[in-house]
Formats: sequence, C-alpha cells, structure tokens
Amino acid sequence: MADKTFIVKIKRQQRPDEAVRWEEYELRYRPHMNVIICLRDIAEKPFTRSGSESTPVSYEANCLEEICGACAMIVNGKPRQACTALVDDLEKPIRLEPLTKFPLIRDLQVDRSSMFENLKRTKCWIPIDGTYDLGPGPRMSPETQEVGYALSQCITCGNCLEICPKVNEHSNFVGAAIVSQVRLFNMHPTGAMHAGPRLEALMGPGGIEDCDNAQNCVKVCPKGIPLTESLAAVNGQVLVHAVKSFFRGS
Amino acid sequence: MRQPKIIIVGGGLAGLMAAIKVAEAGVTADLFSIVPVKRSHSVCAQGGINAAKNLKGEGDSTWKHFDDTIYGGDFLANQPLVKGMCEAAPAIIDLLDRMGVMFNRTPEGLLDFRRFGGTLYHRTAFAGATTGQQLLYALDEQVRRFEAEDKVKKFEGWTFLSAVLDHAGVCRGICAMDLKTMEIKTFACDAAIFCTGGIGAVFGRSTNSVVCTGSAQSALFQQGAYYANGEFIQVHPTAIPGEDKLRLMSESARGEGGRVWVPKTPQDPRPARQIPETERFYFLEEWYPKYGNLVPRDVATRAIHKVVYEMKLGLAGDPAVYLDVTHIPREVLERKLEGILEIYQKFVGVDPHVEPMKVFPAMHYTMGGLWVDNENQATNIPGVYAAGECEYQYHGANRLGANSLVSCIYGGGIAGTAAVRYARSLESGCENTSPAVYERERVRQQDISDALLNQHTGTENPLAIWREMGDVMTENVTVIRYNAAMQKTMAKLDELSERFKRINLQDRTQWSNQTLNFVRELGNMLILAQVITLGAIARNETRGAHYKPEFPDRDDRNWLKTTIASWDAGKIKLDYEAVDISLLPLRERKYTAAK
Repeated sequence: MADKTFIVKIKRQQRPDEAVRWEEYELRYRPHMNVIICLRDIAEKPFTRSGSESTPVSYEANCLEEICGACAMIVNGKPRQACTALVDDLEKPIRLEPLTKFPLIRDLQVDRSSMFENLKRTKCWIPIDGTYDLGPGPRMSPETQEVGYALSQCITCGNCLEICPKVNEHSNFVGAAIVSQVRLFNMHPTGAMHAGPRLEALMGPGGIEDCDNAQNCVKVCPKGIPLTESLAAVNGQVLVHAVKSFFRGS
Repeated sequence: MRQPKIIIVGGGLAGLMAAIKVAEAGVTADLFSIVPVKRSHSVCAQGGINAAKNLKGEGDSTWKHFDDTIYGGDFLANQPLVKGMCEAAPAIIDLLDRMGVMFNRTPEGLLDFRRFGGTLYHRTAFAGATTGQQLLYALDEQVRRFEAEDKVKKFEGWTFLSAVLDHAGVCRGICAMDLKTMEIKTFACDAAIFCTGGIGAVFGRSTNSVVCTGSAQSALFQQGAYYANGEFIQVHPTAIPGEDKLRLMSESARGEGGRVWVPKTPQDPRPARQIPETERFYFLEEWYPKYGNLVPRDVATRAIHKVVYEMKLGLAGDPAVYLDVTHIPREVLERKLEGILEIYQKFVGVDPHVEPMKVFPAMHYTMGGLWVDNENQATNIPGVYAAGECEYQYHGANRLGANSLVSCIYGGGIAGTAAVRYARSLESGCENTSPAVYERERVRQQDISDALLNQHTGTENPLAIWREMGDVMTENVTVIRYNAAMQKTMAKLDELSERFKRINLQDRTQWSNQTLNFVRELGNMLILAQVITLGAIARNETRGAHYKPEFPDRDDRNWLKTTIASWDAGKIKLDYEAVDISLLPLRERKYTAAK
C-alpha cells in the first residue's frame, strides 16, 4: 500500500529584496507530526512536489515545546507556534507563511528584535541595588503571585502583534505583549516604586492610546495571557499617572 | 587603568549571570548568542531550584544539600565547590526573589518549597512548572537594564566558531559567524566565558533545545581545552516520546505526588482508569520504599528499563510506563504543575488530569563538560572560562533534579568575577595582540565554510548523518552500556565522519544559510560523540548514570577519578585526575533505605 501523504505549501523568499514564490511539498504522513517535523522532512529531501530541487526552508525554532517563543509563523492563516501546530489538526494543504509585521530575513524567518527593544524602552525590569546578599525579596500573597505568574509567562513570540490591526506601517503601537509586561512590573512591590517611567514610555505615539480594543491579541496568545485585562489595567494606570503629573505640574 | 574586554558566549542562565557580574564590576560585557537570549534552553527547566532554606521545619541544612548532591553524584564531583554552591543557594534564591521571580508562595506570603528526587526534604523553590523560564526572564531583564546603560552589548544571531589563541596559547578573542549575513569575524577580548549549555543533539533526539549541540565545547576541545567526564550522560526517566523531540515531563510531577506504575498483567488491554489499584505495579514505591517515586533519575530510569525490557510490562507492549497525577486535586495541579500538564495535553491530545500520562526515559543532561579548575571556573586555556551545563564541575556521576539551575547561576557568577580579575591582572591586553593572530583564525574558519560551500560533488545528507549518529549513540551509550556495542558505535562514528567529508550542503547561498551552520555544528558533534563513547568504554565500572552490566559495581580503587579527554594531534587521548573527596567520606550509594 502506498504511504499516505499530504501537501504543504510554503511562502518562500530567499532574501528580503528577492521575489516571493510559493512552493509545494508532498510529505509522507506519520502520526503525531507537527509543522517542525514537516520542515525537517523538507530539509532532508528538499525537492518540491513537481520534483525540482529546492533548498531547506529557513525558520526559527529552538525548544519545540512552546516555551521559547521562537517558531512563530502563520499556519493556515493564523499566527501561532509551529511546534504545537499538529498536522492531524490542520486543514490540508497546510499553508505556511512568515509573520508580516516584522522585517523578513528569509522564508519563514523574521526579525523580532523590535520587541526586545520595546521591553528596553519601557524599562521592563525590577531595579535591584545589586547582586549582593541583601536578604529576601518583598512578601507577596499567593493571589498576587498567581496574577503575576500568568503575565510573566509571555514568550515574546509576537503573535499578538501580528494579529493586531493597530500594528501596521502607519502606527508604532508597541503591542499587547509589551503593555502586559509593564503591568507585570508595575504590580511587583519593588517594581511599583518605579512605575512612573514605564507609564510615561507608554504615553504618546505608539503607546497605550494606539490600542483600539480589537481584542484579537488575547485570542492568539499561546500562553493564554489575559492581554485585554492588561491593556485595560495599564490604560487606567496611564490616565491616573497623567492626571497626577498634571497636578504636580510636571 | 586600561578597561578590560570580556566576551561571554551563550545567554542562558549561566551566561546572563556572568554578564551581570561583569557589568556590576564596571566592565563592559559583549554577549554572543545564537538565539535571542530570552529564547535560550534554560526556559525548558521546569521543576525548580534547590536551596536548603529550611522553611518547612524539617531540619534541612546546606550541609545536607551538599551531602545529597555528592551522594546523588556517586562521589565523583570535587567536593569543595559543590559545598560552596549549596551554601550560596539560599542567597541565590533571595536574589532571584528580589529580581521579581514569581515563585509560588505560602499563605503567609513566603516562598513555597516542594520535594524533588534524591532528597527527603522540601528544598525546591518553584514558579509553577516553568521555573527555568521564570529565572531566565529575571536575569534577562537585569541584563536588559545593563544593556540600556551600555554596560552589556548583545550579539544575538551570532554563533561561536573558535577561540583566537596567540602564539603562547592565550585566548585573545573569539571568531564568530553572523547567522544572517554568514560573515565570519573575529572579536578581541582579554577573557572569554563559555556558557554554551548542553549537548542533546549528539544523541539526535533529547529533551534539549535545537541549539544544544555542544558545538562550541567541541571546537574549544579541538583547540586544546580539556573535556572532563564526558561519559556521564543523564537520561531523564519521564519524557513524552516524539519524532522531533522528547519532551520533558518534570520530576515535579512526582514531587507533587505523581506515581509511576504499569499494569501487573503484561499487555493489559484495559484503559488505565479501569485497572483497579490491586492490579497496578507501583514498582518504584515497591523497590525503593524510602524514596519511592523520588529516587534519583539514574535509578528511576534503570527501573523503567527493567520493567519494560526485562519484565516485559511496558504499556500494551510499548516502551512506556504511566506517570499518574489523576489522584491529585485539580486545584493543586493547576497551581503547581499547569505548565507541564499543558505540554502533555497539547502534544499528545490527552488530558493528564483525567488519564495517566505515558512516558519513557530520554537523554536529558550532560554531567560532563569542559574541564574547569576548582576555584575560578577557568579552563586549561588561559583566558577561557566556562559555566553552566557546558562544564563538568558540580554534578559528579549523576545530577540531582533542581540542582542545574543553581549550578548555572553560581558558576556563572564565579566565572564573571574571575574573568574580570584575570583580565585586570594582565600585563598586556588584547590591544597588544598582533592583528595577524586574528586574521589567521578568521581565514582558517572562512576556509572551512568555503570548502563546504564549494563542494559540489557531495552525496550525503546532513540530517541523515545526524539521525544515524543520534540513533547509535542513544542505543549504545545511554542507559545500559556494553563495551562490544560501544566499540561498534566507534566504528559507526568513524564511518559517519568519512561520509561527513562527502556532505552535500543543498544550500549554497550566503544569506541565513541554516544548513551551513548546522553542518559545521555536525562536524563538531561527531568529535564530541567519540569523546563520550571512548570515555564510557574505558570506564569499567558502574557509577551514577554510567551503568555497565559487565561491571555492575562502583570501583573506587580503580575509578574514583575524573576522566580528562584531550585532543592530541587529531586523536582523542584520555587521562585521569584524582577527585577531591576532602569533605565527605566515601560510602555506598543505595536508595532502598534512608542514607
């Protein structure tokens, strides 16, 4: 009996300045396959469905268990992590495209360094005095920890930016992931002492006001982070901060 | 005073901690990483981080942590630095707490601790079941803060190729490749710290991330760095088998009460839930009543092998056993284990709250690694330091669960401080090294890439060679080791090395050529595979994770010594060094009773 096969279509581009082409591959089906296994199959036999020789597909991947954030791409029209995109659950042919809101490097690989830059710009860290032994950190209730832990699982995959209508060539909206991180650091007892500069970084163009509440972000977050709650919470903090700053005359 | 230059290669927990210490000392650190550092393999650590803070009234102490670690490692680790690590661990937890790690809390708002393998104490601090991720993010954020202050400069998307050594063999820089432009460049430094992690890819499939190839360690080895105890490979007892990866199912599942069992009847066709208690074989609890499901990993792994292959009790005849958390209240599972149960649900499509998980052992960790001294994390190459999984110092013949994160942070901190001290002590820094030294190394590396790119007659596929290497290493050089099988493994590795010379690159572009990078790594993996196998063949005893049925006992008279592999004119040479056992006397390691 012939092996069961299925088709994967991939949007390919060898360099940012080169032409886009779609390639089709016919792969041998095995149980429990995911999109990563598809891409490895292609690397082992880089021939398209019509038999012409191609090259292995470039893509980012590392942990393969949806915790490093690397392998985000558009699978059948939806931004998601490739490692948890199981072939059994996907409509065929499977279509793979790179994220579109970030500069393309090659094939399915994009440059998401802007997200890390925005974490820097919004001062998403707890400013500690030093790594010397200064005793334990502040006490925290289990309830606060549970909220914080949910937020701190953000893997910086960029799916929430990809789906956001306000992240486009006309707007520099930092996106839900960054806003949610600001919420995380502002709720930590030490981080709260330095909330002001984080909120100020979210005022003005590209800041929280750019969010128009489309609520798509929360639907594509692979970690189930309550992003819309974060957007609302930080929006409130920014308004209060702006009012306070106004009365302080700064 | 001249400003020293420090390079750090690898941005996982150890590398980030080193960067923080270097920056804190007022020195700028250049941090190189293949992936954005926030995507490093440390994110995969699940269960927790050990520190004897004794917050549960059990009488735990750092000395007991030290004793458990040495005993768990079957007395192969040099003792003084392990003691130092265990003593430093409580302050490391405090530091992480101050950095904002969302550790689980008690009702009083203090840190909560869970039990882990190889100990009888609640010693493991944790943040859900994604502790590694949470720790990595905390250090990543601190480094980002230093980056904003221009004290750390990141080179993400670069891979290390080799060290730049001057005529005296002193490290004066590194040679690295930009993974986007494929440009090969040298970077000057006075000291380089390697925190390049694990070597899972040498075994094909493992619990490790894609970047854990050991390529950097192997490259340094081929430049004269010693590689110690390579034969000690930890196989984790519980992972979800997969074609692309063996996904870890953390020891914390057992730490929170998870039980390992198989049906007493071979090939029992009933679903797990329909098998009554009396017809289940809880073999770890039965064989190791004191530690039960929390015996160390090597012990649990061998027990599973015995149940599956000798007793033929694998689930439906397959190589798998049940890891059962269905009896634990859902609320506890959600608060403490959600991250890992979610992985099972997503990849297997079965709800582990309801159905017991099917798991099997998988290559997980290398205890062996670059040789470092007993004090400074310094390798034998002047100016080269190493910390984290890529070095051999802390875990002896077997690592205890939740000790890896603490060893990364402790070792990384020592390496950062020591590298700064060394760099400041140099009479002549890298600015006085001749440009010819750098150019020679750059050309040597460029030639290797050019040769691969220009070879048009190759017929061998790199992924096929990789898979064959991984299969033979996993079959013969993991849980059970026979000398005859390992000799055959060496012959196979020779064959693969020959075929490697006829590799077909399939992609000859000079832009984000991931195949070129992989092939360069594969060449280094083939050498490391030989180091591991030769060390295992030579060591005719059983110790920790190294199990030879032909030599079933620990042999302290002949083998209480560290294996040191070196590269001698293209050949691997094995020497041995005494183990420092100055603090704890040797005793038999057995988990059937309390120590």
